[in-house]
Amino acid sequence: MTESTYRIQGNTGEWEVVIGLEVHAQITSESKLFSGASAEFGAEPNSHVSLVDAAMPGMLPVPNRECLRQAVRTGMAINAQINRWSRFDRKNYFYADLPQGYQISQLYHPIVGEGEIEVTLNEKDPDSAVKKIGIERIHVEQDAGKLMHDQHPTMSFVDLNRSGVALMEIVSRPDISSPQEAGAYLKKLRSILRYVGSCDGNMEQGSMRADVNVSVRKPGGELGTRTETKNVNSIRFMMQAIEYEAQRQVDLIESGGAVVQETRLFDADRQETRSMRSKEDAHDYRYFPDPDLLPVELDDAFLEECRASLPELPDAKRARYEAMGLTAYNAAVLTAEAETAFWFENLLAEGVDAKQGSNWLMSELFGALNKLGKTLDESPVNPQQAAELLGLVADGTISGSIAKQVFEIMLETGQGASAIVEEKGLKQTNDTGAIEAEIAKIMAANEDKVTEYRSGKDKLFGFFVGQTMKAMQGKANPQIINDLLKKALG
Amino acid sequence: MSVDKDTVNKIARLSRIAISDAEADKMVGELNGILAWVEQLGEVDVTGVEPMTAVITNKLRLRDDAVTDGDVRDKVLANAPAKEGSFFGVPKVIE
Repeated sequence: MTESTYRIQGNTGEWEVVIGLEVHAQITSESKLFSGASAEFGAEPNSHVSLVDAAMPGMLPVPNRECLRQAVRTGMAINAQINRWSRFDRKNYFYADLPQGYQISQLYHPIVGEGEIEVTLNEKDPDSAVKKIGIERIHVEQDAGKLMHDQHPTMSFVDLNRSGVALMEIVSRPDISSPQEAGAYLKKLRSILRYVGSCDGNMEQGSMRADVNVSVRKPGGELGTRTETKNVNSIRFMMQAIEYEAQRQVDLIESGGAVVQETRLFDADRQETRSMRSKEDAHDYRYFPDPDLLPVELDDAFLEECRASLPELPDAKRARYEAMGLTAYNAAVLTAEAETAFWFENLLAEGVDAKQGSNWLMSELFGALNKLGKTLDESPVNPQQAAELLGLVADGTISGSIAKQVFEIMLETGQGASAIVEEKGLKQTNDTGAIEAEIAKIMAANEDKVTEYRSGKDKLFGFFVGQTMKAMQGKANPQIINDLLKKALG
Repeated sequence: MSVDKDTVNKIARLSRIAISDAEADKMVGELNGILAWVEQLGEVDVTGVEPMTAVITNKLRLRDDAVTDGDVRDKVLANAPAKEGSFFGVPKVIE
């Protein structure tokens, strides 16, 4: 474990920041946690609402097996304790987006207990700075509805489509000590959720949002009073919120004030956190076991299925890629997103060499997609087509530089690599006679350089290779050029 | 365990129930009566007895993940005191 060196310089010396995150992740499911209404995002207001979600009298909740399954699989993916016996509790409060007057959640007996996530703090050299962040628990709960305040002069509008959608609340230990670590943690958590398939991780649509607990203290001192900044919906905003909030607390304490334990919100436009000034007893939730629901009891068969259905996870995949000869950096980039790893593995399944494939994917394909402003899912070239191109390089039919040209044509026209090479006559030539003839011409035209080279200026060899390749219009086999040049230059 | 008048008023406020001063006094007596009655259960020695979660031994029933409900907007909105288009309307609340 690497010690974090993030410190805030105050007037009275250095301050350390202590951060814990509560991440709300929407569980991927067809229907809601306790009703058969659709959990889909973006529908007509109040159309994905059943009488259960609207909390009509006499309606009873029936849990969705898939939502519990996804929470358990997520717990297994972070090596957490899975609680075979858990229970739902009511969290009581009144707000217009919560028709029941309580949220069904799990306070006393969450479905998932302690686990941990390993994050890297150095993306260039992922193995050099690894830190373990503890997870305290994951529990399952209902989402609330959505309020709109700006549509009417005196009324707020309520849309209950989101009401009752299943969430996982993933609570970290206060093991995070810098905005960068918090960012790395959230990225890693998002990656794991997407691999597992338990949450799509879409922060823009609100499928994943974080409550950020921040406090400051003198290095190694007693924990300070924390504040909670609610509902931060991007990694960048979260890092900014932490930076701002930690600095605010240091300034406050150093000017003789005291941090008040309170809920705050982050204003991205003004780059600051603000107190939500809620009433003092707003957090008296009077939790108690929900009498409408029996305890959740998980049997062996259920747990075995959860475990058996887990995919290979990013850490395991990264280790496997490194063992295949990929650099740690390439392995980390290719495994960060499940889609990327999937694409890469499809490429390997077509018989492409791991190193060649990873280098090509990361430089050529990522570069091209970046230019086109497309994601990997939208790539105009699929793994089979890419494998055809890389196969032509591997078997010496075309050179690496010609491959770049062919790839550009593939992107533009959608043609196959072999067809392009055939049509444009781009095949690499092994015709030693033709190459020798060009070499002779170049040496005749550059007698001075030949003399220099022969008197020990080895670096000029590259110049001759370049000239010969140019004369051959890039189609000569580089190995043959090398051999012939060495012979000719002596 | 017992409650005083402040506690009763606090619970009433949290539950959004308006009670008069006289009602609060009456509630203190009634709630303390209930609490005392429940406290009698403490006299029973339950050492080593598993907590009972239901009178009838029954397992929690789980649903399959399928869309079987919803699309009843008019029913959902039918009894709303105020509505605008497809929305419920509530007094403006910004917290």
